[in-house]
Amino acid sequence: MNEPAVDLDLARSHGLSDDEYALALERLSRTPSFTELGVLSVMWSEHCSYKSSRVHLKRLPTKGPKVIQGPGENAGVVDLGDGWAVIFKMESHNHPSFIEPYQGAATGVGGILRDVFTMGARPVALANSLRFGEPSHPRTASLVRGVVAGIAGYGNAIGVPTVAGEVQFDAAYNGNILVNAMAVGVARADKIFYGRASGVGNPLLYVGARTGRDGIHGATMASAEFDDESDAKRPTVQVGDPFMEKLLLEACLEIFQEDLLEGIQDMGAAGLTSSTVEMASRAGSGLDLDLDLVPRRAKRLTPYEILLSESQERMVMVARKGCEARVIEICHKWDLDAVVIGRVTDTGRWVVRATPDWDPLSHTPRPDGGSHVFVDLPVDLLTDAAPIYSRPCVDDPRPTDRAQYDLGGVTFDPRGDLLELLGSENVGSRAWIYRQYDHIVRDGTLLRPGEGDAAVIRAFCDDGARRIEKYIAISTDCNGRFCELDPRAGAAMAVAEACRNLACVGAEPLALTDCLNFGSPQRPEIMAQFRDCIDGIADACRALGVPVVSGNVSLYNETQEDSGPRAILPTPTIGAVGQLRQPSEIVRSAFSVAGDRVALLGPLGAGALGGSEWLTRKTGRVCGAPPRIDLAAEAALQRLLVDAARAGLLRSAHDVSEGGLLTCLAECCLGGALGARVTLPEGVGAEPGALFGEDPSRVVISLSETSYELLRRRAEEAGVKLTALGVVEPGALTLEGLFAIPVEALRARHAGALAAVVGRE
Amino acid sequence: MQAVVVQFPGSNADFDAFYTLSRVLGVPTRYVFHKESSLPPDTDLVVLPGGFSYGDYLRCGAIARFSHIMPAVMAHAARGGLVLGICNGFQILTETGLLPGALTRNAHLRFECRDVSLRVDADGPFTQGLRGETLRLPIAHGEGRYQADAETLDALERDGLVALRYLPSPDGALPGNPNGSLRDIAGIYGGPKRNVLGLMPHPERASEAALGSADGARLFRAAMRAVVSA
Repeated sequence: MNEPAVDLDLARSHGLSDDEYALALERLSRTPSFTELGVLSVMWSEHCSYKSSRVHLKRLPTKGPKVIQGPGENAGVVDLGDGWAVIFKMESHNHPSFIEPYQGAATGVGGILRDVFTMGARPVALANSLRFGEPSHPRTASLVRGVVAGIAGYGNAIGVPTVAGEVQFDAAYNGNILVNAMAVGVARADKIFYGRASGVGNPLLYVGARTGRDGIHGATMASAEFDDESDAKRPTVQVGDPFMEKLLLEACLEIFQEDLLEGIQDMGAAGLTSSTVEMASRAGSGLDLDLDLVPRRAKRLTPYEILLSESQERMVMVARKGCEARVIEICHKWDLDAVVIGRVTDTGRWVVRATPDWDPLSHTPRPDGGSHVFVDLPVDLLTDAAPIYSRPCVDDPRPTDRAQYDLGGVTFDPRGDLLELLGSENVGSRAWIYRQYDHIVRDGTLLRPGEGDAAVIRAFCDDGARRIEKYIAISTDCNGRFCELDPRAGAAMAVAEACRNLACVGAEPLALTDCLNFGSPQRPEIMAQFRDCIDGIADACRALGVPVVSGNVSLYNETQEDSGPRAILPTPTIGAVGQLRQPSEIVRSAFSVAGDRVALLGPLGAGALGGSEWLTRKTGRVCGAPPRIDLAAEAALQRLLVDAARAGLLRSAHDVSEGGLLTCLAECCLGGALGARVTLPEGVGAEPGALFGEDPSRVVISLSETSYELLRRRAEEAGVKLTALGVVEPGALTLEGLFAIPVEALRARHAGALAAVVGRE
Repeated sequence: MQAVVVQFPGSNADFDAFYTLSRVLGVPTRYVFHKESSLPPDTDLVVLPGGFSYGDYLRCGAIARFSHIMPAVMAHAARGGLVLGICNGFQILTETGLLPGALTRNAHLRFECRDVSLRVDADGPFTQGLRGETLRLPIAHGEGRYQADAETLDALERDGLVALRYLPSPDGALPGNPNGSLRDIAGIYGGPKRNVLGLMPHPERASEAALGSADGARLFRAAMRAVVSA
């Protein structure tokens, strides 16, 4: 056994700061062993410790009457009624996906699924939020292809439908793409499982795939910015096996049916270390692990490697004493390894033993009495007593030209601009992506991608003889350009739009998960963005009455360029989950009956162009003053939408977002052969801001003449503006006095948008 | 009718088939795990479901054909019992040799999930009375390109065993044949009495209006009638 000697240089190369190393020496009153240094470095990494973000995350509203479990566990849990709950979370896999797009994205899906089924839930849906660089960037096409194929490869094989998502392209993501994956599951509300190692003497079981050398220090990699050496980090990317995870999923769900477990946790970032330490921390207990017993597939693994490996598809379980044999029996039914590797203690210490230089794969018997303590650390040093930073925040000294833009020399052609927007990578059809996802497996998808502003699934909640169906709506959203121009308002608008998408399909928003993607926290202007985005999310949560129940922070999404660090647009992605009472209340986004009235619900808008797709394309940069949002008006609008859907008044609803009002109207024409004849309301001129501005809180609806009168009264009572725009009619989208475009021409532009990015079929 | 849905490790549309048969169509249905070696004695219909059996590593369906339950399924088919292989189940049936040909990677090399239009082209227990009709069913596969040598294809056509063919899509926006299958073949009959049907589309995901199409139920109802009249 020859472990390298630990000193400050070695600590630095593990990503610890000088102060952090000093703290470790002081708390331990000794020099940590090499293995202990590895453990400290991953547990104190940004990825595991949230050391820069924690002080801000505390400001998010996380409570509500329906919240069963908020942040801090593997996923959030919200009451669905009738004794059932929805469990969900979103997580980033940005750094690995940039280095190896297929496996990075695939393991992102695998990881978030484990977070959800660890809690006792059957996963019923997947969603995602993706960001890529500009289409002309040499890596964009292959990154899009790889990421989409990776998400599809994992989700399709394990058999969970990928039903919702969003994707945006912007040059700010050229060097750092974003891959945020969300999983949604259902479970009985009284059968939620937690990641707690409780009950002194209880056995700790290792279940699932064997441990290899893949992904060692993945969490540390995700806690640093990219540089020229990033390609050399490919070995830190894990490789996914959805087949193994499917077996793991079914075995876990079978184990949950019986009263066998005290706690369970998946091995995600920082693998066996983080999972077991967190379990002990939550239970206030200690753990004794024997690494000689860990199933492995690589020869001569050292304790350091076993503890830091991020091999996928692995779980740890704490069984009730005497129940371990039954757990192992169920695992063997599913052809999974399951081994007791440790015991719960009351010491508050995390102790790891192994026999030095003995390899179980060598087929030699384990030498007697040769076990050696490689790690003996207080649990709290790795968790609650880990360093926390209140990093300096300094508002971006915005170049004054940021807000300014000059439209002199810019052409404005309503017809041509609309067609260009419809065919653009940020507005056009996403079918090339979602057709690669199995979005219908499990017979639950009631509203498929492209059919509505959010996906709607029915979850089968069978409880003995009682058959219950729950109807769940899912949406992901964020506009990073608005967040760049005004972090607080932009983040509030992300929450508002994600929830508005739910309301448009007739669902009442229940709760949110967030995935906060930012640049380096060591730069004060990035921390200011982070601080303001948290406040914006909190503003909107309070106004709309939706809490944040789970989430993830991804920092260091920036790249060192010759001119200095280049960070992504601040991208606080929101995943929203809502509930419908019954399928008959689902509202689609496309016009469906000729002769229906077309109307705008919500304010006409101030015509703000800042950060809009139109302005960004025209000027080639993210600029201008972003739209403002009135959160009280937004809340009234969303309540009215849900009421109207429940009353059966709406035949379609689609919110105005990227590309503005005209784009929204055109998108409503893409469901079939129906277009519309529209007259701009009084006071709205045929100007860029009115046609293509992206003011929030606006929804284009269609409805029968009779329903229109009923809705008009409700809108008046609710204080929501309702403005007639025109009538649904076959064949073309006609804007009186400006143009008539055949629906087929709109569809052709829209359908071909992503082919321009990834190449023709 | 008594139905059985076989569960291989990696099956993932086993639930879809079970749900549709039992809940939508009211057919008494049981799961049978791949480690079993016999079917319940009263079994009329065996469904080999969609999914990624054994991870679809090596080759789709190649490992599943060797699982413990397969001899019983083969014997059931040889006796004239109904066998329905959907998607991965179709791939398994071609691996066993119960059905000719092979399913290879989609011509465009991507997984594809969407609705397709199909024409019923053969009579048989799953399509009795439906010949010439158009069905709308979803597909969801990466390896659904039906291939066989010309002699085999000619024999299938001559014997009227091509059960389902892809039709041009109504709006013409996407190719009707989604995967490059030879002669637009989406499903074929086999077995001594046409009692074995393999198809890539998913009738068990389109048997209710709530899911966008109820055409899949027409195939299951035909099978239920065939069992009653047998």
